[in-house]
Amino acid sequence: MLTFKLALRNLLGAGLRTWLNVLVLSLAYVVIIYMNGMLDGWNRQAKTDMVHWSTGQGQLWQKDYDPIDPFTLQNSMGKIPVEFTGLVEEGRIAPVLVAMASFYPEGRIQSILLKGIPENQKVIDLPTYSMTGDTSEIPGIIGKRMAESNKIKVGDMVTLRWRDRNGTFDASDVRISAVFNTNVPMVDAGQIWIPLSRMQKMFGAPGEATILISDKPVWPKFTDENWVSKDVKTLTAEIDQVIKTKSIGSAVMYIILLLLAMLAIFDTQVLSIFRRQREIGTQIALGMTRWQVVRLFTIEGAMNAVLAAALAAVYGIPFLASQAKSGIPMPQATDSMGLAIAEKIFPVYSIGLIIITIVFVLITATIVSYIPARRIAKMNPTEAIKGRIQ
Amino acid sequence: MESNKTVIEIRNLVKTFPMGNREFTALNGINLIFSGGEFSGLVGPSGSGKTTLLNIIGTLDSPTEGEALVLGSSVGKLSQKNAAQLRNLKIGFIFQTFNLLPVYSAFENVEFPLLLQKLNAAERKKSVMDALDWVGLTDKIKSRPAQMSGGECQRVAIARAIVKKPEIVLADEPTANLDAENSHHILQTMVRLNHDLGTTFLFATHDEKVIGYLRRIIKLSDGKVSKDEMVTNK
Repeated sequence: MLTFKLALRNLLGAGLRTWLNVLVLSLAYVVIIYMNGMLDGWNRQAKTDMVHWSTGQGQLWQKDYDPIDPFTLQNSMGKIPVEFTGLVEEGRIAPVLVAMASFYPEGRIQSILLKGIPENQKVIDLPTYSMTGDTSEIPGIIGKRMAESNKIKVGDMVTLRWRDRNGTFDASDVRISAVFNTNVPMVDAGQIWIPLSRMQKMFGAPGEATILISDKPVWPKFTDENWVSKDVKTLTAEIDQVIKTKSIGSAVMYIILLLLAMLAIFDTQVLSIFRRQREIGTQIALGMTRWQVVRLFTIEGAMNAVLAAALAAVYGIPFLASQAKSGIPMPQATDSMGLAIAEKIFPVYSIGLIIITIVFVLITATIVSYIPARRIAKMNPTEAIKGRIQ
Repeated sequence: MESNKTVIEIRNLVKTFPMGNREFTALNGINLIFSGGEFSGLVGPSGSGKTTLLNIIGTLDSPTEGEALVLGSSVGKLSQKNAAQLRNLKIGFIFQTFNLLPVYSAFENVEFPLLLQKLNAAERKKSVMDALDWVGLTDKIKSRPAQMSGGECQRVAIARAIVKKPEIVLADEPTANLDAENSHHILQTMVRLNHDLGTTFLFATHDEKVIGYLRRIIKLSDGKVSKDEMVTNK
């Protein structure tokens, strides 16, 4: 208790020096939590966006469909099971027909994936409602990346050429009715989305689809064995793997930040303790044991960390909470560099992250205070009193 | 003023320090006895061994050979804990450079040894105020060392040394950083404390002003006692 009292008295007595230490240490807390919160938020957002924009809560695939093998597309069109008719009409199951096609932006030819989806679907975030209305032209929607790479804007007409299931080539114009902004390249790059009914007609595949996307993880019973169920876990396995790989990077980043904080604390403590060796010698002369001195300085270091945690809470909680609420705007440049990042990243601060950071900084501050204090306390007190560095 | 009680007894004390490949003998065969209430000084040029002897008596250092008995305890045989306890309860230190704790006020500096004794707040306050009253600094209780003059700082250091009513006060060049007026003021305070409290004072000094107040002068040269004389007219 006495040591705590003296440590507190020393800290408060040191005034500005203490508060500068505490401020720097509190910044370490906030920066570490902020950086990791941002990385966690990025990861979580990537997965959430993938579910919202692409996978839904689960999918049924035509049994031959392989998204990375375009040659499978021709044989991957099948009748939508009748058991799902009601849910499709309600927009809770989104059938998607997928086929290869070509389009001609500014006189060039480019292979694309043509995807048909009902305009009334409510399963994924694509603005398919933009395709409703005038039926004389084929309305289509594309992603921002697709629009930018081909210099297409809303209202533009692009020529589309495809081969139907009988092997006959056909062509038509598509009017771009919306350009959507997503950070999920799977629904953007090299793709044009048109109304499902129009595409079924174009390909001679009425009532057919390649995949079915559901807003629920559980499907109603159906009998058609040509449809294979894929749950969210399977559909997001790839991004989970990416997150896992990134997590290793995040952990390295976390450790580097902690080491930097540790170095800053160590430097401050070493400087402070060596500067105070005369004080240490005097305390020993006045009747403190070496162990009491070591304990005093160690507790001072730990108290620095506790005060820093309190200060970090004062300005850090409102700051981190506001960032979590309003998000961190990401520069446009990240997108052009090929990084699929949302316009804003919403950091996620887990209790585990906060507790581990506080405990780690506290332990670090304690250890790096103990080491130099022990060294000084081992000094000959007669030399320490004179302030002679040994 | 002196009592018959022996407070310090030095027997054949030798202290050597390693110096490169050889050893430097700082004290060589010292034999001294100090009775309670003495006002004595170790006098001699720099390097004569007076501070080393003072540090050994203060249990901050230990003899290489021989024995130093301080209030019945053999310095070389004391554990760190017991030595610290002896310093805390029975020995007061006054240093040349005051050695006040810079972030503490005058009150807190004087209170420090009492905190180690775990006295309660009321007892501590009374003792501290009495000590500061002794040295005439009750109006400076909230001042920090940086806000006080050298003379005031040394008076705070004296108050800190006597607040626990020690049996021995060891003062190493206490006037070295003070002007003549402050030196005399400090020394008069110590004489008064010695007279009123019966505290044994032992100085290490080569300052003539201090020597003028001593009742026993022990001259050290090259680590040996060259002269030990009582001054009878004080």
